[in-house]
Amino acid sequence: MSAQQEAAQAVESYAGERYKYGFVTDVEADSAPPGLDHDTIRFISAKKGEPEWLLTWRIRAFERWLEMEDEEPTWAKLHYPPIDYQEACYYSAPKSDSDRPKSLDEVDPELLKTYEKLGIPLQEQEMLAGVAVDAVFDSVSVATTFKDKLAEMGVIFCSISEAVKEHPELVQRYLGSVVPYSDNFFATLNSAVFTDGSFVYVPKGVRCPMELSTYFRINAANTGQFERTLIVADEGSYVSYLEGCTAPMRDENQLHAAVVELIALDDAEIKYSTVQNWYPGDAEGRGGIYNFVTKRGACRGANAKISWTQVETGSAITWKDPSCILQGDNSVGEFYSIAITNNRQQADTGTKMIHMGRNTKSRIVSKGIAAGRSDSTYRGLVRIQPKAEGARNHTQCDSLLIGAECGAHTVPYIESRNPTARVEHEATTSKISEDQLFYCRQRGIDEEDAVALIVNGFCREVLQELPMEFAVEAQKLVAISLEGSVG
Amino acid sequence: MPAPRTIPFDYPVPSASPAPALPGDGLPWLDALRGEGRRLSAGGLPGTRTEAWKYTSLAPLTELEFSHPAATLTEAIPAELGPGAFDALEGPSLVFVNGRLSARHAQLDGLPAGLRVRGLAQGLADDPAGIEALIGGTEALNGDLMAAFNAAFGADGCIVETEPEAAGKEPVLLRFVAAPGSEPLAYHPRVIVRLGAGSSLTLIECHEGPAGAPTWSNPFVDIRVGEGATLSHVKLQVEGDGAYHTALTKAALAGEARYESHLLALGARLARHEIHVRLAGEGADCQLRGGYMARGSQHIDNTTVIDHAVPHCESREVYKGVLDDTARGVFQGKIIVRQDAQKTDGHQLNRTLLLSPKAEIDTKPELEIYADDVKCSHGATAGEPEADQLFYLRSRGLDLRTARKLIVQGFMGELLEEVGHEPTRAVLAERVAAWIDGGRS
Repeated sequence: MSAQQEAAQAVESYAGERYKYGFVTDVEADSAPPGLDHDTIRFISAKKGEPEWLLTWRIRAFERWLEMEDEEPTWAKLHYPPIDYQEACYYSAPKSDSDRPKSLDEVDPELLKTYEKLGIPLQEQEMLAGVAVDAVFDSVSVATTFKDKLAEMGVIFCSISEAVKEHPELVQRYLGSVVPYSDNFFATLNSAVFTDGSFVYVPKGVRCPMELSTYFRINAANTGQFERTLIVADEGSYVSYLEGCTAPMRDENQLHAAVVELIALDDAEIKYSTVQNWYPGDAEGRGGIYNFVTKRGACRGANAKISWTQVETGSAITWKDPSCILQGDNSVGEFYSIAITNNRQQADTGTKMIHMGRNTKSRIVSKGIAAGRSDSTYRGLVRIQPKAEGARNHTQCDSLLIGAECGAHTVPYIESRNPTARVEHEATTSKISEDQLFYCRQRGIDEEDAVALIVNGFCREVLQELPMEFAVEAQKLVAISLEGSVG
Repeated sequence: MPAPRTIPFDYPVPSASPAPALPGDGLPWLDALRGEGRRLSAGGLPGTRTEAWKYTSLAPLTELEFSHPAATLTEAIPAELGPGAFDALEGPSLVFVNGRLSARHAQLDGLPAGLRVRGLAQGLADDPAGIEALIGGTEALNGDLMAAFNAAFGADGCIVETEPEAAGKEPVLLRFVAAPGSEPLAYHPRVIVRLGAGSSLTLIECHEGPAGAPTWSNPFVDIRVGEGATLSHVKLQVEGDGAYHTALTKAALAGEARYESHLLALGARLARHEIHVRLAGEGADCQLRGGYMARGSQHIDNTTVIDHAVPHCESREVYKGVLDDTARGVFQGKIIVRQDAQKTDGHQLNRTLLLSPKAEIDTKPELEIYADDVKCSHGATAGEPEADQLFYLRSRGLDLRTARKLIVQGFMGELLEEVGHEPTRAVLAERVAAWIDGGRS
């Protein structure tokens, strides 16, 4: 049997497989009725007991969003049926919200089971990994660990709703300062209806003693998830934040429009890592998550650094470009990305590096892998402003094509307005080299393992940027995502 | 408010007396084409919200009041045109003054066997059916606005054809020169190039104009290279500093055909050179080389699309530019590899030297790939001359000014080496050298 036939068979067998993380937890949700109007926003705000200023902000965003009717972005290389925003549900919280659990024993056992299926038993993580988990389950935080230890250092790590109550001055000062409520269609929608997310504040000179991690999980059918994450690293501080997600199997498309804002002041460093493995839809592209995310970090101070690392393997539609605004002199922006698409998945992802300060540096490494009938697009912008003396950018984006029906596209925008800046861009597109495959096979490695090996090698530069906890999972994900799709 | 997708453009300005007819008016197929062109162009010029025009705004063009191109058809063509860049070259040549073919300046004696060169307006009178077959119907406009302006208001142009296996020794020169009065002047020449199987030709396109004249030149060059044929297409754009130049070149390549484009753009206030190449036959080979050098407040845009439609084709693209003062350069290069185009080999490179703190380059190299067994890559760099190169030269006793000039010379020189016809290469090299000497840095 030829390699191609084998591949075709393997693809079929894989397509028949059920999504590994596809299960729905039965937790009675306390939801808002579907639809979006002023009342929905008041409902969400009231439900969360928010102060007046935040409600005003939400309403302003909502009114701006209504004006944006014609501005739903169409520039991305994505095809999906029009979304009916009045059909989605904008609020859904687990029933247990009214009396929050004080310890893990009080947590709804259904939830704990869900986490177990996901392989993240909280208790174990407490002991082993030293990771504080602010688990977001359908928009409301239910358990936060290691709080005391963090509090000792002065690090604030809580849900954003809690932060609004406990630290309103910080939230009010920074919320919307990187991604203003009028930024773009999806960010504006998020500003109006965001339900929860994480808030991190690392005080001056503090090196956060552990990796902070949030597991997002989309549950209750028909609930759009609108996460809002805000991370502020004060002067000279350091924090590493992990975000990872899996979602249950379902048929309707789910809308997800998150906003992440990062702020790094003088000499601060933020490392933000994502593993995204939401339900991508079946082999024909039915179901699957629509993932429209606005992620942006501002290096406000001198010598600040923001580093984005992402492994994108899930979602039917991914629309996402984590960006860095390099305002402070000598600040550094990094973007490491692996985007794997299979079957009918579509991804339009990349980054923006806006160089404003002197001697700012950015590095972009993007690895796109397309298989099946999927489309993967890298879309990136590197802009050198006139005052960015001595700015430096290097971009490398490589695409790997597996199968004759997929597409890989590279759309970099480079705008340089300072002659002392050096901007370099390289991109390649190719398939897995026959020589490499032959080499592996000849040494007795079967085809599938050989491909996994080669693809992992192809992605190595990005994988090694991930924190330990994620690197292992991500490597497995890379292999699993391509299982059976290659000859 | 988001920027509009099109900019309203009152072209031509309405005049009291009806304009005289354009050549070929009354031919039903041509009337249909011009009608469709007028319908499309009435919508205005492409705006910066149109992705392909993101970095180039034609808004300044709308401030000029152009009369109907037919109005200038009756004006006498001056006998003296001033020196042309390629005067030293021997071989057949056609001269277009303000977009009209000048019979007295044409040099068509002793055309080699198998080469046919004729004017478009004359052709419409002599052989309308033959021209119809060459131009084709309205579908060729394909929604392209600049092509629509050309179709609607084009008055003249030429047709260059070779018979199978014909090989011309000397290049064919097409010189476009503006000799306007003080009134704004627009022209839309159409050039049709058809190379028979196995033939080869060098074609030189030269666009010149006097300083300060407000002209708009909107040429459309339609090229088909037959099986196994080779076309070397040299273009020198040295329009005057008041000129707008919006050129569209479309080339379709049959199997084993080869198309080389050598562009050197130094002129115009605002210029856009758009090239679309379709590799439609297996084994076709496309080589695009472009150089752009701009200073003052010039804006030079190079936009290319290379479309690999079939397997086993190769494309190589190198664009290099030097920008000084507040000049702005734009490079948008797209390589499309269709699903059937397995074994495609495509490479693209854009490099720009910025000589001044106010110069700007916007680069968008784009790969759109639907086939898996391909090798495609692109690269782009932008920045000032490298410090270690400067150091090398200065350590050998050259002053900064000379060292910088030498680096620019070397940077652009690489491009010209690929021009096969020696005398043509010399003309281009001279222009590059003159540009470098004309700078302050």
